[in-house]
Amino acid sequence: MSGGEAALFWVVAPLMVLGGIGLLFAKKAVHAALCMALIMVCLGITYFAQQAPFLGGVQIFVYTGAVMMLFLFVLMLVGVDSSDSLIETIKGQRVAAALLGLGLVIVLAAALAGVRFGQPAGLDTVNAEGNIGALAGGIFGTYVFAFEVTGALLITAALGAMILAHRERLVPKPTQRELAERRIREGAVKAPLPAPGVFARHNAVDTPALLPDGTPSELSVSRVLTARGQMRPTSERAGEVSTVLAEMQDPFDLTPDESAGKAEDR
Amino acid sequence: MSLLAQGVLAAENPVADFGNDNGWVVFGKALFIFVFLVLLTLLTIWGERRVVARMQSRPGPNRVGPFGLIQGLADGVKLALKEDVIPKAVDKLVFVLAPIISAITCFVAFSVIPFGPAARIPFTDIVTPLQLTDLPVAVLFVLAVAAVGVYGIVLAGWSSGSTYPLLGGLRSSAQVISYEIAMGLALISVFLYAGSMSTSSIVAAQEHGVVREIFGLDLTMPAWFAVQLPVAFVIYVIAMVGETNRAPFDLPEAEGELVGGFHTEYSSLKFALFFLAEYINMITVSAIATTLFLGGWRAPWPLSAIGGGMLNEGWWPMLWFIGKLLGFIFFFIWLRGTLPRLRYDQFMRFGWKVLIPVALVWIVAVACWRAANSATIAADGTTRIVLIAVGIALLFAIFGALITGIDRADRRDAARHETPPDEVDPFAGGFPVPPLPGQRLIRSNGIGNGRDDDARRPALAAAGEADEEVHGG
Repeated sequence: MSGGEAALFWVVAPLMVLGGIGLLFAKKAVHAALCMALIMVCLGITYFAQQAPFLGGVQIFVYTGAVMMLFLFVLMLVGVDSSDSLIETIKGQRVAAALLGLGLVIVLAAALAGVRFGQPAGLDTVNAEGNIGALAGGIFGTYVFAFEVTGALLITAALGAMILAHRERLVPKPTQRELAERRIREGAVKAPLPAPGVFARHNAVDTPALLPDGTPSELSVSRVLTARGQMRPTSERAGEVSTVLAEMQDPFDLTPDESAGKAEDR
Repeated sequence: MSLLAQGVLAAENPVADFGNDNGWVVFGKALFIFVFLVLLTLLTIWGERRVVARMQSRPGPNRVGPFGLIQGLADGVKLALKEDVIPKAVDKLVFVLAPIISAITCFVAFSVIPFGPAARIPFTDIVTPLQLTDLPVAVLFVLAVAAVGVYGIVLAGWSSGSTYPLLGGLRSSAQVISYEIAMGLALISVFLYAGSMSTSSIVAAQEHGVVREIFGLDLTMPAWFAVQLPVAFVIYVIAMVGETNRAPFDLPEAEGELVGGFHTEYSSLKFALFFLAEYINMITVSAIATTLFLGGWRAPWPLSAIGGGMLNEGWWPMLWFIGKLLGFIFFFIWLRGTLPRLRYDQFMRFGWKVLIPVALVWIVAVACWRAANSATIAADGTTRIVLIAVGIALLFAIFGALITGIDRADRRDAARHETPPDEVDPFAGGFPVPPLPGQRLIRSNGIGNGRDDDARRPALAAAGEADEEVHGG
């Protein structure tokens, strides 16, 4: 390792270790995914430093840019605050996982222990035709069969996923025009729904609109807010209406204590 | 394998020689790129507002500085002095990290763009390429950095903890990823022709026109890849607009649907970083288009012949490079002033079902053509003719598919706009419907849906009788 390469390694390697630890201990799934992305980018940088620029570029482009991004997509769609459920869905799952993991460790250890390295060829020999040219020769020449088989496997997996997720349509999809006509024919409300806050004293989305006769309109508040119980109760608005009516009858608030009684007198 | 190894990929390494660069030169170049990009962003914002204003017959900003030139700076200062709001529901670390990722990656991508050939730095003896660095995989590097830049958008949308930014972030990243595929595929034919992914080598490959024997005639093809590889150029230009989230593909920021998109919750300097990143991304894709398709810093044809190529040496090329770059930026602004925004599903369908298949077929066609003209196969007559035939057949397949697609879309449109009936009963469905232009109103009095002959009187005649009812009664 040259001086620059060593310096780079000592910057990038601790970052990768930190990312790995973060991946294990992050509470939110998105944070774990970010730690993973950090490791992948750092790995790409080390490839660059070890004079494998193509591998480094592809590592960042494909793994960070495509694979990890898909993970992040799914996590985002699942929800901001969702955390993993810790309930065992398959009986004996944890014991089986632990045993299989142990088995994997043993197999890997045995296989790695038996590895013997030959005399290194050296970068100059390998990259005689240029780094990318040599890599292309390997992929499309020496190992073309393995490469194509892997490709076929991936395409099979993608097709399988598409077939599993496919849903046959039983009736033709209604067009925009048909939907509009059906809404006019069958819908309860023909005109656009009233906007929240119209005629009310606040125009916030949780404030129901007041109809011209002063009654609050539940239709004007989003269904979601109502379901979550985040809508201001309409009774509260109704009380406000009577306050406004009283104010209209006694605009200058001349007799604050007896205003209600006075209004009745008139 | 022999085909790949011989000739085609021999020149994959950069042409530019960075051997004379010391630390100060590298630092100076990096500083230049930073200053250049920030200044060009300010100018682009000013130019965009002025040009769009001109296209819409209004003056545009013209108060701050001559021609309103300093308007961008004034806006930037104002933005920086605003209160930096961090909403309570955000994931704070990621919320702060997202604009930083966006801003850093957009600057990094410019480090491999060549501004010119080797030139002497004034007042010194140092001769150095006008380019910060170059790699054998420079263009791939730009794509990789852009891929990391998408994280800024996605994370901003997620960490805001609010609905609109989340939807905007999802849209935006789906868009960037989809169009990045088409963009990458469009670049492959350039790599095949240049035999390298290094930017300086790609510019060098566009130096001389190529003499081609086509049907017995020796024709000199122009050297620009935009002319040699027109389909790739068109796909790249469309994809680059999609990838930078600019009009007519600015769906992530569709104000009517998503407020501000992924940056709705951002304010002050953090918002400014996103703004900066968007404009620098626009400049970067323009610079890539210039380098890969328009001959990079090389002078355009009549100028390149002056004084035995004098205008292609020293500091002159920087002028041509920036000129071509500004041309692309003007194109971006022109698009924004001209085209309405696409609907999201139409946009995605266009990307996946038109651009990517066309790009794939184009790559195979170019590969056939390239192989047919390579040294090993040119000698073997039959193989050569077969390859050329396959290439031409694929080209016809592209155009055939496009024409059928357009034709089918036309017929679908025609079917949708079937001519409405001459007469319409406004109350046939139970509620009033206004007539279309040219339609005659009839009244069925609710009997037989207007099919009763007796009821098919023109509405005007009916209105005459009704008049009495309305006014008299």
